[in-house]
Formats: sequence, C-alpha cells, structure tokens
Amino acid sequence: MSAVYGYFPGCSLKSTGVAYEESLLTLFRLLGLPLEEVDDWNCCGATSYMSIDEGAAFSLSARNLQLAHQARHKDLVAPCSACYLVLRKTQDYMQRYPRIAREVGASIGNANLKVLNAVHVRHPLEVLYTDVGPRRLREKVVRRWGGGRVACYYGCQMVRPYSEADRPHDPVRMDELMEAVHVPTAAYALKTKCCGGSLTGTIHEVGVRLNHILLKEAARKGAQAIVTVCPLCQYNLDSYQAEIRRTTGDRLDLPILYFTQILGWALGGDIGSLGLGRAISGRRTIERWLLKTRVEKEAYV
Amino acid sequence: MQPELRLQREADPAWARRLSERPGGEGLFSCLQCGTCSGACPLSIYMDLGPRRIIALAREGFRNDVLQSKTIWLCASCYSCTVHCPRQIHIADVMYSLKREAIEQRLYPKRFPPPVLAQEFYKMVRQRGRNSEFWLVLRLAFRSHPLMLLGMLRTGWDLLRTGRLSLRRERIRDLAGLPKEIHREAA
Repeated sequence: MSAVYGYFPGCSLKSTGVAYEESLLTLFRLLGLPLEEVDDWNCCGATSYMSIDEGAAFSLSARNLQLAHQARHKDLVAPCSACYLVLRKTQDYMQRYPRIAREVGASIGNANLKVLNAVHVRHPLEVLYTDVGPRRLREKVVRRWGGGRVACYYGCQMVRPYSEADRPHDPVRMDELMEAVHVPTAAYALKTKCCGGSLTGTIHEVGVRLNHILLKEAARKGAQAIVTVCPLCQYNLDSYQAEIRRTTGDRLDLPILYFTQILGWALGGDIGSLGLGRAISGRRTIERWLLKTRVEKEAYV
Repeated sequence: MQPELRLQREADPAWARRLSERPGGEGLFSCLQCGTCSGACPLSIYMDLGPRRIIALAREGFRNDVLQSKTIWLCASCYSCTVHCPRQIHIADVMYSLKREAIEQRLYPKRFPPPVLAQEFYKMVRQRGRNSEFWLVLRLAFRSHPLMLLGMLRTGWDLLRTGRLSLRRERIRDLAGLPKEIHREAA
C-alpha cells in the first residue's frame, strides 16, 4: 500500500468507458485514497500490438512502467482488464526471458529493468479488497441499495495467468464487496467466460452471440443487472441489447454497471460524478433503483 | 485453399521446432491432445480448426494450414485454454506467435476484419502513442467492409447521446519516446 496510487487509465476510460473513470475517481476520493494519473502514458497495446510485434508490445508497457517509476509510484492502478494483463505480462516476460528483457531495455533506453518489475501493477478490485476490505467499506455506507439482485461478471483477462486480482476459476471478491454494501448477488457460473472483446466490431454476429449468452444466463439466475470490472465487457454487454431483442425476441434490458459505480453510490457519490447517466441499456431500471434508495446517514458529497 | 488430404512430405518439422523455441511455445510437444482447450474456448464452435487442432497441426509442421486459418484470428486472447491446459501449455501465446508470423508472411485471410483491426490499431498507436476508438473503427471499416458502418449507426448514436463517443484524436507529447519496431518472428 503506497501513499499515492499511480493511475493508468488506458484509452477506453477516456471514451466509451468514461463512466468507469468518473466512478473510480469519485470512489477513491470518498475513501480518501489519493490517485494520480501517470503523465503522458501511452496505449497498453492491448491484444493488437501483441499480434504484430511482440518486442514492441512489451516495450510499450515498459515505457508506462518507467513513467510510473519516475513519478515514484510503488503501486500502479490499471482498471481496464486488458491494460492490467498486458502490464503484468510484460513484467512476467521480462523476468523469464533474458532476450526479451534485453530488447525492451534497449528499446526504452533503460538497462535497469529491476525497478520496472518492482512497480506493483494492481487492479482496483484487488486494491479495494485488500487495502480497504469489505468490513471498512460497510462501515462507510451511507445509502441503502434500493435496486435488485446483480450478477458479478469478472470477465477473462483480469483473472487469467498473470493476475493476482482474484482466483482464476472462481473469483469472489466482487461478490463480497457487493454484499458488503448490501447489494444482493446471483450465483453466476459464467462469471469468467469471455465477452469476445473486439469481436463485436470485427466478426459481429459471433461477438453479439457471446454477449447474448452472458445476458441470458444472468437473467435466468435471477439477476436484474450485471456488474463489471472492465470497460470492454461493459461496452459489449451494454451496447447490443436492442439488437439482441430485435434479432432473437429475447426481452433483455439489463443495466450493466461498473462495480465502482455501485460502491460509490452506496458511499454517497452523486449520479453525475459516478457516470450513472451514461448507461445505454436498462436506463429506466437504473432511474427507478436510484429513486428507491434509502439514505442511512447524511451524505457528505 | 485447404487441401483435401495432407501429405506428410508437405510438413515442415524444423518450423515446428522453431515455433516451440519462441517464448510461450515451450510446451508445444508435450500436448496430450486431450481437447480441454477447445472445450474451454468460448469461440471454438465458430472456428475452422479450433485450438486443439491448431496445436496438432502446428507441432507436426503444417505451417500453412495454421497460418492461413481463421482460427488464430477468432482467438480473443481470453487465456481460458491456457489456465485450463493440464500440460500448462501457453496456448494463447502460441496463437499470438502464429498471428505475428501470418502478418509478417502476409498469409492471413484478406479483408478479414480481425487482422485488419490489429494492423490499424498497431499503426495508430505507433504514430500517436494512443488509440482513439472512433477513428480506429473508421479505419477498420474502410480497410475491410465499409458497409459495416451502416450496422454501427445505432451504437454510434447511443454512445454519442450518453457522452461516450470521443471524436478527439489522442496523442502523447513524447512521440520520440515510443518504442521502435522489433520484428523477428520467422527467425
């Protein structure tokens, strides 16, 4: 746990995932955790860079790690699952493969890669779970959740091989944090099944089908909303429900929220500063739920 | 074109050996062909070969079959195969390795959107240091199927009215600090 957390937003949190950035910053402010954006960060390269040039892909991340190191950040918070995975994978590869470490070192002009491997890359779910914890979160609740049951969806890259954010096959930390702020959760077996990532943009039918399955299963398990930890999962699940209704006849209209939005709401953040007006699907459900909220203590925002 | 039959003399075992020597390819020859990867893959039912057959063909040296396949481009890098593999083979990283060689040798299916997206993304980040989603989608459409934009109008409008569509073309200040090319896949 460090004094100031470095913050690596990534490209999505500045556009389609802007509600994630808004709610994350609000939540950290409410908890008194200082978060500082890394200056002049570059794109993590996601899955695309790795598909073209491996050495350059690792060097991109190494540049970001170097910027975090130069700003004296011990912890680097990466909310997007793709950024989180790429940053951690880079550290893993630099440690296991001397050739890659040499290439990366030459490419970014830094022979001392140990300091880059020492930057602790963290997902905000893990930060909130470890550094704050469910009990302290519960103590800070000022609003009683007025909404329905939610399915906690972890997606793929946040829990996969290079991660320490949660258990890879059956992650539970988001469920625990939701229950800590009195939000009921559904048993959701598909919680780590991939949303398809960029496939909704490339092989559209296949991408939409994956999301249809995820939505249908959440509804079948009694969830009235899905909670996510990744901007791409949120975008995919949120943006194609009208198309799914039109092409399949399934009447799905589920709100897809970020876990930071729900935690921030429980802790007293307001609708605007949590980006709660930016949902595409289930907008009326969200409005109804927020109106039903009971104030437990005086909100301080 | 996929041949109706594969002939062993067309296989290139030396290539398979080199593939297994690249980072992430180490476990290639320890594969049991159990099929756990294809079972765990959320996309295998849409693939032409599927991860298990990719590994089988690759380690035998059927280079063109795997490099020209669509399977490697349907892989969304979710690493489900990798975390489930009983031999701890880094299958998702083998897929990446094959994608890079397919790009380098220009063997990927032409106008197939996933490799087009990867290349446009790469170019944009190399030039500007960041990716701007809106401009990336435009480039993807113009280089694959421009009519796909029609199908995206509704989503575009939804994003616009919720303030999630940024038209800004992002770039970093220190462009000189970006890493240079380090290709070397076919080596």
